Amino acid sequence: MSKFFETDVDDDGIATISWNMIDYPMNVLAVVALQEFGDLWKAYVTDNSVKGIVITSSRDKFIVGADINGFGEMQRSSAGKLYASGMQFHGLLREIEKEAKPTVVAINGDALGGGLELALPCRYRVMSDKDGIKLGFPEVMLGLLPGGGGTQRLARILGPREALPYLTTGKNMRADKAKKFGVVHEVVPHEELLKSAKAAILEKRVSAKAPWDEKGFEFLGGPAHSREWLETFGGANAMLRRETHGNYPAPKRILAAVYQGLQLHIDKALSFEVRQFISLVHGNESRNLIRTGWFSRNAANKLEKRPKEIPATEFTKVGVIGAGIMGAGIASCTAQAGCDVVLIDNNQEAADRGKQHVVDYFARQVSKRRLTKAAADKIAARVTATTDYSALEGAQLTIEAVFENREIKAKVTKATEAVTDGKHVFGTNTSTLPITGLAEAAERPEEFVGIHFFSPVEKMPLVEIIRGKKTSDHAAAVAMDYVKLISKTPIVVNDSRGFYNSRVFGTYTREAFTMLMEGINPALIENVGKATGMPMGALELVDMFGIDTAHKIAHATIDEVGLEELKARGEPVETIEVVDWIVEEQERVGQKMGKGFYDYGPDGKKTQIWPEVYKRFPTKGSPVDIEELKKRFLHIQALETMRCMEEGVVTAADDADVGSLLGWGFPPFHGGVISYAETIGLSKFLAECEELAEKFGKRFDPPQLLRDMVASSESFYPEEHKPLQAAE
Amino acid sequence: MAEAYIYDAVRTPRGKGKKDGALTEASPTYLAAHVLKSIRDRNELDTSLVDDIVMGVVDPVGDQGGNIARTASIDAGYDETVGGVQINRFCSSGLEACNMAAARVMSGQSDFVIGSGVECMSRINMGASGMALATDPLLAVPNYYVAQGVAADLIATKYGYDRDDLDAYAMESQKRAKASWDEGRFEKSVVPVTDENGIVMLDHDEYMRPQTDMQSLGALQPSFAMIGEFSGMGAVAVQKYPDIEKVDYRHHAGNSSGIVDGAAAVLIGSEEGGKKAGLKPRARIKAFATVGSEPTIMLTGPAEATTRLFDRTGMKPSDIDIWELNEAFASVVLRYMEQLDVPHDKINVNGGAIAMGHPMGATGAMILGTVVDELERRDAETGLVTLCIGSGMGIATIVGRVH
Repeated sequence: MSKFFETDVDDDGIATISWNMIDYPMNVLAVVALQEFGDLWKAYVTDNSVKGIVITSSRDKFIVGADINGFGEMQRSSAGKLYASGMQFHGLLREIEKEAKPTVVAINGDALGGGLELALPCRYRVMSDKDGIKLGFPEVMLGLLPGGGGTQRLARILGPREALPYLTTGKNMRADKAKKFGVVHEVVPHEELLKSAKAAILEKRVSAKAPWDEKGFEFLGGPAHSREWLETFGGANAMLRRETHGNYPAPKRILAAVYQGLQLHIDKALSFEVRQFISLVHGNESRNLIRTGWFSRNAANKLEKRPKEIPATEFTKVGVIGAGIMGAGIASCTAQAGCDVVLIDNNQEAADRGKQHVVDYFARQVSKRRLTKAAADKIAARVTATTDYSALEGAQLTIEAVFENREIKAKVTKATEAVTDGKHVFGTNTSTLPITGLAEAAERPEEFVGIHFFSPVEKMPLVEIIRGKKTSDHAAAVAMDYVKLISKTPIVVNDSRGFYNSRVFGTYTREAFTMLMEGINPALIENVGKATGMPMGALELVDMFGIDTAHKIAHATIDEVGLEELKARGEPVETIEVVDWIVEEQERVGQKMGKGFYDYGPDGKKTQIWPEVYKRFPTKGSPVDIEELKKRFLHIQALETMRCMEEGVVTAADDADVGSLLGWGFPPFHGGVISYAETIGLSKFLAECEELAEKFGKRFDPPQLLRDMVASSESFYPEEHKPLQAAE
Repeated sequence: MAEAYIYDAVRTPRGKGKKDGALTEASPTYLAAHVLKSIRDRNELDTSLVDDIVMGVVDPVGDQGGNIARTASIDAGYDETVGGVQINRFCSSGLEACNMAAARVMSGQSDFVIGSGVECMSRINMGASGMALATDPLLAVPNYYVAQGVAADLIATKYGYDRDDLDAYAMESQKRAKASWDEGRFEKSVVPVTDENGIVMLDHDEYMRPQTDMQSLGALQPSFAMIGEFSGMGAVAVQKYPDIEKVDYRHHAGNSSGIVDGAAAVLIGSEEGGKKAGLKPRARIKAFATVGSEPTIMLTGPAEATTRLFDRTGMKPSDIDIWELNEAFASVVLRYMEQLDVPHDKINVNGGAIAMGHPMGATGAMILGTVVDELERRDAETGLVTLCIGSGMGIATIVGRVH
């Protein structure tokens, strides 16, 4: 019996090949399955008693794409080998497309990537009306392109203008759009899917040829080099450059595959697509995006590092103390996950305001059609706003999000412990105060853990879990279970000032302050920051974060660690001058005030860098090495991460990388802070840091950990960094 | 090395490059043949003395395609031994054609070659011949391609020419063009376009707006804000020039060159050739140069071409009596004047493309003729003609009087 397919030939002589990869969580285009699929299909084609073939799936989803586990091997394959296997896949799809005996696809669930590519050569495509079925090409998010004809067939069906957004962003297509565009011919009631697919064959509604195999085929927005075509690509190229700064080869090669492919016959177009695909497979960007954005992130989501011996937590009630924006956001996420929430504040008005924030948030989701009104009401009803700590009784976890003040935090810790039992875990959402110190206020410091959310809570995908000195495995496991419950990604780190995220992220903004003081043009500082792939310029980012907060943290650090000690460590403490100037003298604290390093319009959007910034930090005329500025911005973050690893704050490279991508938007194409250094090559990275240290100071001194690793030719990611096999 | 002399130069008046333009009924071949006929007829030239016609066209498709130089030569009734080649160096094609013609003469390979150019922009859209640098993703994305207008605004932003600077320059161009027409300064070169019945279709530059003032210019909306902002070309320009925060869109229809139809031809020959044809040379092409320059900002090539030319010839700015830089955009001229320290009263003294229009393939040949006329009128010695060029190039030619 097949481990991949169920097959059947009915009385009308219609064969069905139904994907059912029983050893896999979902149907994927694994090489072995594809081989068997091809054999099955060919056998039905040659069987004269079979009139037509239906392809479908016995699982909830149709086929969700390629088998990403095979990617490592692909990356190490020669270009020649990849071309041959790519063309072999195209060969099968073209056979299906050109075979006189009709093949119809019955899309019963999500058809993504290779799944959709298998569907498109079928000359009749029926789709179930089941709610929320996703059709799409998500390859671009992994730094790849749909290499199974997706770029060519979608562009021929939709025309380049409509097709490009789906291909270059990976966004999904809904059933109504799919029908409108002709990606599917029919959308039918779910239970009639197979019947409808078969009917198309019996009623001879399947066209004799694919449109692009007809003579005189024309695509929308064509022909190539028409005015509309030129405008489409002229605009798309600039837009792409604006969005990617040239850092992402995948969308560029998708555009190229469509641009060149539409000028070619379909067979050569598919070949050109394979060539583009190979160059992406062999690039650093896809490896980095897949390693961190897929494998490491999935592992974190699945809690692979969770202490195994602790039983999984069943959450029925979670407490949230402090009903400000942060607390309300935490309450929203928790309630949405189906858990009751007790939202506590000092007085009922404050608690109610927090609850209102929850209600408003879900109302916005309703107006954006992400939720039904009934579902939103049900979620909001799970949140109880109160001042009464006794309501926490029976909760598995309570998270405080009160002011960053030790006394207040101590008070709520004690109040919570008074009404909860020994297994209850107390989580503190602080971004600055070390956990071990806060835990001193607790009766049960072993059940005290840091749970660091990012703002806005509803949107930000990462939660940093911080273990204090005494935090138990149980507390860490409960915190991890909770993060999984609310569908966010956890990383677990050990206690340190600023923990991991804030500590490393701060180096980016401080480097910008240093540049300002050196007399580097502020516009250049911002533009170079963006050119590295960081989501924003550093000054814009600190404006958004709140310069007052940065100012407070900087002064607290100086007070608590001591100026001399910081200087001894090579910290650029002199940059305090910049924040003091703008916060204390100029009283500009950032975007929330409508004035910071930038000016903001009435709509809250930035209009320009505040002209006084140019006056206070006049630009020196000397030529600037832009590549060097880029290195300063990114190397400093990688270095600080390595220091975190050296100190045991972060214990694994994948945690560091996932945290950097999701926490502060470190350029995803680098795969995270550590992947960035790995991609450069550790010994080269070390040498560059030494050079930077020579020129710009001790903060670029490589940590011993790095020196040792380079000396012994170690790597943070040994497996994936085997050199590419020589081309055949 | 032989000397290359200019024996004559003619141009059509420039018709508005729109569907209601006065020359739109005249096909590209008609206009091209028209200037070839004029050169022949007014010089009583035995065309069998001419070896070749070099003709600049920027978008050589449709009736501008198929090697229009040869087509026009046949249409004009030139001797069948006269060849034709169409060339394209974008906006400088007309001057490039003349330089190539001169090079043929200088190298002793020909006695007469006609340098010429034509563009019927009312019929054939800019960009109609394609532009992979703009549209092919593997070229446009890595090379920071932006549209020319955005590049012009980038120059204005980066070098600090504000809207008033640009508009004041544009107004002066209109003023000078009007004065030149009023005083008949273009009479020597301009040959009115007539139909086959002899009815005059156009005898003046149709595009001019002599009534233009700062107020009317100030009312115009920026032309490139849409393409710059909507498609993101402004952001791309900033990525290439990260020392500015954003591109300010300051060019508009009134301070950029006009879209027009027109053609021009320059008769270039050796001393021998002149003798055989019984013609007296009017000027000498002394030297020329082209250069590639940074493609995103695109339009700064004229200064580099000029510098290369000065370096080669040992000449210096003070040797130049009048300067002619095609007014593609006001910022291009302002930047050039600043870089080479050229006073405004010595450059584009008869107005330029902002006032009269820029028939792309023809302009270079047109303004070469304009400079020769002006040198004679002023009884001055030396002129320099230069143009900015798409994809980042520059061209410059030095002409001198012959006594």
